[in-house]
Amino acid sequence: MLRLLGGTLRAMTGRVTLDGRDVWSLSRRELARRMAVVPQETHSTFDFTVMDIVLMGRYPHLSAFELEGPADLAIARDALAATATTALEERLFATLSGGEKQRVVIAAALAQASDVLLLDEPTASLDMGRRLEIASLLIRLNHERGTTMVVSTHDLELAAQLCQALVLIRNGRVVATGPTEAVLTSSHIRALYDVDAEVAFHPRAGHLTVIPIARAN
Amino acid sequence: MLRRRFVLTILGFGGLLLIAGIVALLFGSARVSLVNVFDRSRPISDNVDRQIFFVARLPRVVAAALVGSGLSAAGVVFQALLRNPLASPDTLGVSAGAAVGAMLAITLRADFTVLGVSAVPIASFAGSLGALAIVYGLSTARRRGMSTTVLLLAGVTLTAFFGSIVLFIQYLADFSDTFRTVRWLMGSLDIGGYAPIGAAAVPFAAAIVGYVTLPRSLDLMSLGADAAAARGVDVVKAERVALVSASLSTGAAVSLSGPIAFVGIVVPHMVRLVVGADHRLVLPASALFGAAFLITCDLVARTLLAPIELPVGVVTSLIGGPFFLWLLIKRGR
Repeated sequence: MLRLLGGTLRAMTGRVTLDGRDVWSLSRRELARRMAVVPQETHSTFDFTVMDIVLMGRYPHLSAFELEGPADLAIARDALAATATTALEERLFATLSGGEKQRVVIAAALAQASDVLLLDEPTASLDMGRRLEIASLLIRLNHERGTTMVVSTHDLELAAQLCQALVLIRNGRVVATGPTEAVLTSSHIRALYDVDAEVAFHPRAGHLTVIPIARAN
Repeated sequence: MLRRRFVLTILGFGGLLLIAGIVALLFGSARVSLVNVFDRSRPISDNVDRQIFFVARLPRVVAAALVGSGLSAAGVVFQALLRNPLASPDTLGVSAGAAVGAMLAITLRADFTVLGVSAVPIASFAGSLGALAIVYGLSTARRRGMSTTVLLLAGVTLTAFFGSIVLFIQYLADFSDTFRTVRWLMGSLDIGGYAPIGAAAVPFAAAIVGYVTLPRSLDLMSLGADAAAARGVDVVKAERVALVSASLSTGAAVSLSGPIAFVGIVVPHMVRLVVGADHRLVLPASALFGAAFLITCDLVARTLLAPIELPVGVVTSLIGGPFFLWLLIKRGR
């Protein structure tokens, strides 16, 4: 799904557009300047520093043999500040915790493009605390920078907290689509996961919450 | 900031190469007088110093520089391409393919020459290209783009397979041929002239053209092919350029000197300790430092027990092996 949106996989039918232009009519670099991808997990084989990783986001903005200049460095620092990772700048990426890594990768994505972020299970490998931290970071980036985010996830709790609109997909078919409050219902969850669940607005959390009850048959 | 680091890195490692080259030219099992070397009043036929310098030593140092930098650059590229710090120029079977070519040329007593280059280096280069073709074909057989997992597995399998073929050829060969094959497999930079260097320079030059375009793509691809593609890297093309240029420089190096162990795996790690992980620094610095490293190892090999000459691969292994183990322990902590 995200590969289709990101223009790395071509749709057999239909098309994907960004501001009215087909993503396949844009070059890979043009597209990368507008839209960045945050993968589920990132492993670094070599000893890159956090700053190295964030500067890699500038790749589509530089010509073939151009080195990053002061302007790119300023953009990278700004992205580190936005994800609260300024203190990690000189650390080795490989030595960070999962949550820290994910924040740094989001910073790299912001340094690349803050129009659109495609996030693939951004919290799947994180514990509950880190998950909340990433979720509130994403919400803040959306408010402060107007960054559009498309998140793919199995985690309805995350979707309820983060997303204004949902598309529920089962086996490649759309089960329901629309604003989160309209889509996230017991009957849709049953159709999606074969799970009997209750959905309720939680006043303290400020969003819908999903309480799974049992596997439905 | 980065520009400064780049310039300092090139100057530093370039300076190291220059010093290693000069020292290696001046010292050896025989003493040469520089006054005699550059004395043009006497013909070279009765100027022994001049002969030693220009016929034995200079081509040897140049060969060491080419082989050292070719193997080291290939090591950097294979490690990034396979996302595996243990990868080396030997990993993908290119060296083993070169060995099969050389074994065949020796035992079949092929004695043709092409443009002054004898049969063994030509056959070994052909062998390396054959291995590249097989590995590349396998890794792209099932899908568009390259599967680095298949690449790695195919390379390891092919290396073992070619190793058996080498043993088989040696088993069938007669005694004197076996001796020659064993000497070839030990590797040597005593190439005795400029013709092999001229021939190897062609694939080296082709490899350099590829290497120049690679460093930033390697940085991004080392974090994952999909992530690199999402940043605008043409991954399919970059992987192809990486595989072909690294194989060309490995094949050229091995056909020039025979296999020399550890250079291609250890030099990139030594360089990363100094310059960090950025391939725009690591790749050129490894090419320069690899040249300096092998020139120095060869100097040790020919002077340590002079007039007996050690195989240079023994010296590189004696330095490379313990260094690599130390690195493993250091990183393990």
